[in-house]
Amino acid sequence: MSRGSSLTVALALTRRQVTILLKNPSLFLPPMLFPLMNFMAFAGGLSRLRHVPGFDFKGGYTSFQFVFVLLQSAAFGGVFTGFGIARDFELGFARRLLIASKHRSGIVWGYTIASLFRWSMVAVMLTIVALIAHMQVGGNGVDLFGLYALAVIVNITGLLWACGVAMRFRSVQAGPLMQTPIFTLLFLSPVYVPLHLLQGWIHAVAKLNPITYILTSGRGFISGDPIDVALAFALAFALCGGLALWALLGLKRAEQIV
Amino acid sequence: MSLALNDVGLIAWRSVRRTVRQPANVIAPLTFPILLLAINSNGLRAATHLPGFPTDSFVSFFLPFAFIQGALFAAMTAGTDLARDIDTGFLNRLALTPLRGTGLLVGQLGGAMAQALVQALVYLGVGLALGVHFASGVQGIFVLVVLALTVGAAWGAVGIWIALRTGSGEAVQSQFPILFFFIIISSMNLPRNLIEADWFRTAATLNPVSYMIEGLRSLIIEGWNTQALALGFGFAILGVGFAMALAALELRKRMART
Repeated sequence: MSRGSSLTVALALTRRQVTILLKNPSLFLPPMLFPLMNFMAFAGGLSRLRHVPGFDFKGGYTSFQFVFVLLQSAAFGGVFTGFGIARDFELGFARRLLIASKHRSGIVWGYTIASLFRWSMVAVMLTIVALIAHMQVGGNGVDLFGLYALAVIVNITGLLWACGVAMRFRSVQAGPLMQTPIFTLLFLSPVYVPLHLLQGWIHAVAKLNPITYILTSGRGFISGDPIDVALAFALAFALCGGLALWALLGLKRAEQIV
Repeated sequence: MSLALNDVGLIAWRSVRRTVRQPANVIAPLTFPILLLAINSNGLRAATHLPGFPTDSFVSFFLPFAFIQGALFAAMTAGTDLARDIDTGFLNRLALTPLRGTGLLVGQLGGAMAQALVQALVYLGVGLALGVHFASGVQGIFVLVVLALTVGAAWGAVGIWIALRTGSGEAVQSQFPILFFFIIISSMNLPRNLIEADWFRTAATLNPVSYMIEGLRSLIIEGWNTQALALGFGFAILGVGFAMALAALELRKRMART
């Protein structure tokens, strides 16, 4: 491994990001609290929705909502790392990083690994809380691996989107542009009830939304009744691949300022 | 007396102009609650099929949420602006003038209420455009706007108190998840009697935000419910008084004339 390889750059950047994260609780506490609050609000406050005629999910409302909140935390874990990238540009660190790195794609991968580390802490905490809240888990080990694998891909996808925006705008002021599309895409899926219980325009939109199939597949994994697995992974990989290109093109744009 | 009113007017007008000059401060509070209203009123429409649900229109049930969330945004704006005044030394310069502390507080609150009024009228217009029917009639719409303003004043006063306590815009913004938590743990998504989880129902019952939402909601879906209105106005006025008293204590420390 040469000193300037992509991997060296990625690992060095990951180490820096993780150190910053661990030294600043204010950076990782809000992203950890938000999913927990959502989980409490959705799983606790809306559990009566399982009595709606036609609600046929087998695993109970807590696990139904756990999957959504897990995927939401994964996507936003990536977005929050994107804020850090934008801040690095504002403070001039990213410019120095671009000058110092021989293989600049390592910068994107470094932020990606840091995002995964950051989200993994949230995922562990969320899972523990869900289990304490008596979440029913019908899936076996392979199913759960599938669920968390989907969430990992969603985390990387969220990061790549935010990274592409941060590299283009190079300012924290682009934060709403990182968050809003992700938020909208997530909430235009069957968040509270299964797809067939949605009515009106939101049903039509949800049917076209790739997150719907990732979410439905994740819920299938946790209830031990996997569905649309191939479609969900194909969509997740396609989103991830497309946004990797978006992030790398953003990097090229950022390189022009160096 | 007229001098004091003049002070209040000047500070309020300054607060309004500062808000209007920042498009992000205007656009986000207007669009975000409407976006959530559009998504949740469709995504949660199935809840109207639950036995005992008080209306068959979820958008009517959910509309008050927009007013409450808008008030939270107004609080954040008011708090952040005041914190910037502390940060930049403007408040210290004010301390050298004959301006009374109450003039500053009430003026700042007036700015937040002006923002809440504009937002309330927009949310109301959107609600009417979406076919929301007011069971309390035209007089009910007037009372709803007054209650929304009182709720806006309560949240605005909280934002002002946090600003005076911390003196940092970043600190005010970081309180957003905590304040939003009060909205989440309320009866915003379901009536309290339909909340299944005991701990959530208890938390929603102890949460003053539930009564603010229920007061607003009663005018839309019930008509004239004196108890709901008394509780809604009561908790909002209590919130204004309590937060303003705390803010006045903090202001006395900050505006100590040396």
